[in-house]
Amino acid sequence: MQNLIDNFFSYTITGLTIGAVYALVALGYTLVYGVLRLINFAHSEVFMYGTFGALWVVMLLGGKPGGSVGQVIFWVVMMFVAAMAMSGLIAVILERVAYRPLRKRNAPPLIALISAIGASFVLAELMGLRSRVAGWVGLDDTLREYVRNSRNNAGLPSIISPQPIFSVGGYNVTNVDLIVIIGAIAIMVVLDQFVKRSRLGRGIRAVAMDPEAAALMGVNRDRVIQVTFLVGGVMAGAAAVFYMLKIGITRYDAGFILGVKAFTAAVLGGIGNLRGALLGGFILGLAENYGSAVVGSQWKDVVAFVLLVLILLVRPTGLLGESLGKARA
Amino acid sequence: MLLEVNGLCVNYGRIEAIRDISFTVDEGEIVTLIGANGAGKTTTMKTVSGLRPVRAGSIMFNGKDITHTPSHERPVLGISQSPEGRGCFVGMTVMENLEMGTYARPDRKTKAVKDDLARVFELFPRLKERSNQAAGSMSGGEQQMLAMGRALMAKPKLLLLDEPSMGLAPKLIQQIFDIVTEINSQGTTVLLVEQNAAQALKRSHRAYILETGEIVREGTGKELAADPAVKAAYLGGDV
Ligand SMILES: Nc1ncnc2c1ncn2[C@@H]1O[C@H](COP(=O)(O)OP(=O)(O)OP(=O)(O)O)[C@@H](O)[C@H]1O
Ligand SMILES: [Mg+2]
Repeated sequence: MQNLIDNFFSYTITGLTIGAVYALVALGYTLVYGVLRLINFAHSEVFMYGTFGALWVVMLLGGKPGGSVGQVIFWVVMMFVAAMAMSGLIAVILERVAYRPLRKRNAPPLIALISAIGASFVLAELMGLRSRVAGWVGLDDTLREYVRNSRNNAGLPSIISPQPIFSVGGYNVTNVDLIVIIGAIAIMVVLDQFVKRSRLGRGIRAVAMDPEAAALMGVNRDRVIQVTFLVGGVMAGAAAVFYMLKIGITRYDAGFILGVKAFTAAVLGGIGNLRGALLGGFILGLAENYGSAVVGSQWKDVVAFVLLVLILLVRPTGLLGESLGKARA
Repeated sequence: MLLEVNGLCVNYGRIEAIRDISFTVDEGEIVTLIGANGAGKTTTMKTVSGLRPVRAGSIMFNGKDITHTPSHERPVLGISQSPEGRGCFVGMTVMENLEMGTYARPDRKTKAVKDDLARVFELFPRLKERSNQAAGSMSGGEQQMLAMGRALMAKPKLLLLDEPSMGLAPKLIQQIFDIVTEINSQGTTVLLVEQNAAQALKRSHRAYILETGEIVREGTGKELAADPAVKAAYLGGDV
């Protein structure tokens, strides 16, 4: 307990940064659930591909420690572009290949869930065996740097060295912390406005609330579903960049635990509810950091899930407890 | 003919909800479908708007075969439905609901939309007062008006109204029928489903009677309203 009190701000800032990552990934779960009532189990892999997109583009551009300010900004911007494109693309392909054919045949939701779990393994293993995948197309030599040690950790060159910017309560808030927290909030605001104001955003809300009435208004449900996957993927891509900047290493199975946490965050906030996903992400990030300060960091994941169960016992529909449909997003 | 339905059959699984029904709606008409609960009225409406797939038969709209046109493409052609049980977007405001009505309009960004909004507000002043209220917190009658207003915002050639008076107080029912007549006189063709058969027949040019998925009678509103058998079965005798 003393540890928590002494290092309160340190745990808070760390909790907020990791919470921002959970929140952005949670948005993808909640958006898809809203329009399809489906848990997109493979969303964790959508995130994981984003981490590799971010990593690879930095390798491609020769990013390394000690770049000029202009270079660093360029590298970071390219990380966003690459990770968002990668995750968005994977999410859209996933919908096309794993879900749409089932939907067209009116498969029951359980079948779609199995398909989701299967897609999750396939995507993870394709990444974990990428040296062989590259070998199939004869590119293993060209891509050696990118595919070697496929099953091991891959580290991002530390293109930004964390520099203290200012200090709260004895904890030095670094430039990386600021980029993550401010960047994540900016992206969330953009998403909020997109869903609230744009035509497609309204289409998403309409389908979530009442698919039949939405069709009567001329909303193309397939298009809306595709856009929803794309948006969820792009959010996961942004999360992947923040994750790489903060944590710095990834692996073919890096999505799993993080995905479960983000899904937890979505349920915690009330699945289907956008603001709930954000709230859930931050609460989970803070709680597991405070919790690990008190009972030891090896208990971090236990704290997260005990919290989930406790909150759901009191509020079975999650904190904000409404659907994307009912929520006035 | 604006709408021409020919030999239409629709199933729910193995249940035949409607069997071989044919009817027409001419431009400028109010045509009513009446029938007991479960006769297939809602199914017919949903099939015209594309929510239910057709097993056999055809639907022609404005000279075009739309039998297999996806539902979301039909508003663009000029078909708009106010569904049974309202189907408002409860989490959106009244204004957002009305704006959803213009979703498919190619001219949704022009002034024409403003004019139509003014017209809807004129027909339903209550919606104007409540334009920033969440649709879900409106009363049943208000939501009914919203559903109709939203359907009108699509500027349809053919307006499908599935039980617009359901659950309303008698005074409001009167008002809804007045509005339907008004909308029609402003040039919108209406296909109406009503439990309130007496009123509906009085207001319609023509009507069809559905019984267990089949059309058993058709005629002008007046004819059917005066028919003793129809009176006994659907009008509760007191017209
Ligand atoms: N989703 C469904 N699944 C199975 N059967 C259905 C479904 N919807 C309607 N039916 C059946 O189809 C038949 C016609 O129903 P429909 O809703 O069209 O009747 P209706 O004339 O609109 O009745 P009401 O006056 O009660 O609204 C009924 O026998 C009904 O049980
Ligand atoms: Mg009905």
